[in-house]
Amino acid sequence: MSAPQTDIEQLVGQRYRHGFVTEIESDTVPPGLSEDVIRFISAKKGEPEWLLEWRLKAYRHWLTMREPNWAKLGYPPIDYQGISYYSAPKQPSGPKSLDEVDPKLLETYAKLGIPLHERARLAGVAVDAVFDSVSVTTTFKDKLAEAGVIFCSFAEAAREHPELVRKYLGSVVPARDNFFAALNSAVFTDGSFVYIPEGVRCPMELSTYFRINQAKTGQFERTLIIAEAGSHVSYLEGCTAPQRDENQLHAAVVELVALRNAEIKYSTVQNWYPGDEEGRGGIYNFVTKRGDCREANAKISWTQVEAGSAITWKYPSCILRGDNSVGEFYSVAVTNNRQQADTGTKMIHIGRNTKSTIVSKGISAGRAQQAYRGLVKVFPTAENARNYTQCDSLLLGATCGAHTFPYMEVKNPSAIVEHEATTSRISDDQLFYCRQRGLKAEDAVNLIVNGFCKQVFRELPMEFAVEAQNLLNVSLEGAVG
Amino acid sequence: MLEIRDLRVSVAGKEILKGLSLTVRPGEVHAIMGPNGSGKSTLSHVLAGRDGYEVTGGTATWHGRDLLALPPEERAWAGVFLGFQYPVEIPGVSNVYLLRAALNAKRRHAGLPEIDAIGFLKLVREKAKLMQMDESFLNRGVNEGFSGGEKKRNEIFQLAVLEPTLALLDETDSGLDIDALKVVASGVNSLRSPERAFVLVTHYQRLLGYIEPDFVHVLAGGRIVRTGDKSLATELEASGYDALRAPAA
Ligand SMILES: Nc1ncnc2c1ncn2[C@@H]1O[C@H](COP(=O)(O)OP(=O)(O)OP(=O)(O)O)[C@@H](O)[C@H]1O
Ligand SMILES: [Mg+2]
Repeated sequence: MSAPQTDIEQLVGQRYRHGFVTEIESDTVPPGLSEDVIRFISAKKGEPEWLLEWRLKAYRHWLTMREPNWAKLGYPPIDYQGISYYSAPKQPSGPKSLDEVDPKLLETYAKLGIPLHERARLAGVAVDAVFDSVSVTTTFKDKLAEAGVIFCSFAEAAREHPELVRKYLGSVVPARDNFFAALNSAVFTDGSFVYIPEGVRCPMELSTYFRINQAKTGQFERTLIIAEAGSHVSYLEGCTAPQRDENQLHAAVVELVALRNAEIKYSTVQNWYPGDEEGRGGIYNFVTKRGDCREANAKISWTQVEAGSAITWKYPSCILRGDNSVGEFYSVAVTNNRQQADTGTKMIHIGRNTKSTIVSKGISAGRAQQAYRGLVKVFPTAENARNYTQCDSLLLGATCGAHTFPYMEVKNPSAIVEHEATTSRISDDQLFYCRQRGLKAEDAVNLIVNGFCKQVFRELPMEFAVEAQNLLNVSLEGAVG
Repeated sequence: MLEIRDLRVSVAGKEILKGLSLTVRPGEVHAIMGPNGSGKSTLSHVLAGRDGYEVTGGTATWHGRDLLALPPEERAWAGVFLGFQYPVEIPGVSNVYLLRAALNAKRRHAGLPEIDAIGFLKLVREKAKLMQMDESFLNRGVNEGFSGGEKKRNEIFQLAVLEPTLALLDETDSGLDIDALKVVASGVNSLRSPERAFVLVTHYQRLLGYIEPDFVHVLAGGRIVRTGDKSLATELEASGYDALRAPAA
């Protein structure tokens, strides 16, 4: 047939809708990384001495480490001295109410579709808004406090709840875990902190919106969620950044701790600026996310929709330590143009009767490259462990690639580990079939892509499933040939 | 009225249709028969707007509109429906989801309000019943894992829901068992109306025993070489196409 790919290729041009810059006065440290910079950050945050020491130790170790190169990613070397490690909009320190927040910031979040004002807010969702290196505001704090839930910026938690932070910080992702986690441990600036007391079902969805604004800065946030015995929380993070020709580094760490019978549901809609068609600009997203089912019957579930970033390096994982604990990973990753993603998960079965489910859906278009990398590890102690992995790739056009690297280490003979993988391409025949029935080509692609992702979208909180679907449609939007 | 004049079509540099002419009026049923590879599917694909065919001459209009100038979806909006010889599978997209999107696209184009979920469900249930299709097929992926016969039945079910005015059915009878053939035929018969035209591509006289055509054409050597009434189909069944090939060459 003549040029079977053309229709599809023309369909997947990309438009990024969050690429604006907020003109706001900021306190930004000059580029460069040193112990002094770390001391500066720690002082800015009013941190206790032990935390500064923790950072410095991480930094000293980081200096001895090398950037990992095993991922299927190609990019020029990152100049860690060329990045500014702290940037914050100038505002009275720690605004107490929304009225004290710079209207430009409120406007920024409104433009991103995240209204922070009481009356306009998404009903039933509490939001922590992180802008460059600081949390701008956290909503519904009082209402949550009534239930005993702590939801605040990380910096505030370090000041107000040092005993909790000290107990759990680094207990899931140690400072020396990997190159990017060590860097984050040294220079992290803000992020969210969540604590759900025993037996409490968090009365609303919690969410954090990360926004990188300032040029030449990196964002290094740290999120820590602790669910005490029998508690339950659903948390969502969203991320966007302006459109710039330079690459910007985002290296976050997320730690989840679920105790006996607790459940944490963590959802991500990642839409960092992906770069242009030629691969200029875009965020380098190197993230370490790990959950620890520390006690029996705990459950941690990761759901991610990864649409943005020039480079994604991310493996949200579960350590299934408690007996009968459950880990889940549901992922949709979309790469278009020159985007690269190496993403997947690790399920570490330690306790008895632990169960994990992995559903990964990768969509590639343009000249994008995508890899699924997953590890299922069953310790000798994990009697009757179960894993089910399903890994599907959908290719749009002929110039993109999908790769699957499933690793399995099974040390207990009673374990059952299943793996299924498929790769398919949206064919011109499918497209023609839909168009013959009256659908526009764009709508046909969206229909097929959404059908492909349905299994994962189902796992998202209702309000965000629609958002995720729209995001996907935009990511693959373009002119019809 | 479908009017095809002197249509010439090449595929991969090879001329398949060599000046084909055909007129189909609303309300009529035409059957097209002809040897394998003679260009029957090519004709229906070209009319529906599939990529990969080069039209080198001639015209095709539907109610005066130049079909060949329109993208496939606009032909669908204008009333053209193609029942595929080999319906493609679209895993993950449910049958009803596609149909609802298709129906609403057509309605929007016609300036009608979109059909709501309840109205739509009622409609598809009724049509599924007409096609004696189990309702479980409605929520399965489009043609996903359907047997050959089920796929064909699904095509006619879609036809019944979308109610086009020009239905091109490419070998819808192939692969159907005798009971399914009767169901499909009665489905088609119930959709016959003064506004609606059918072009049935078939290899078998049997189908035409259930759906009585107004005209039977033989496509060979890239042209319509003979036109007759339903008795032509019976004659072909007995004598084959060989007798026709010589004069057409
Ligand atoms: N992509 C292609 N490349 C080369 N030749 C093609 C292509 N598509 C169709 N043809 C050729 O065009 C001719 C007509 O094919 P077409 O499918 O229209 O025949 P048909 O009459 O429908 O046959 P059948 O009765 O077997 O369904 C055949 O010789 C076929 O091989
Ligand atoms: Mg054919």
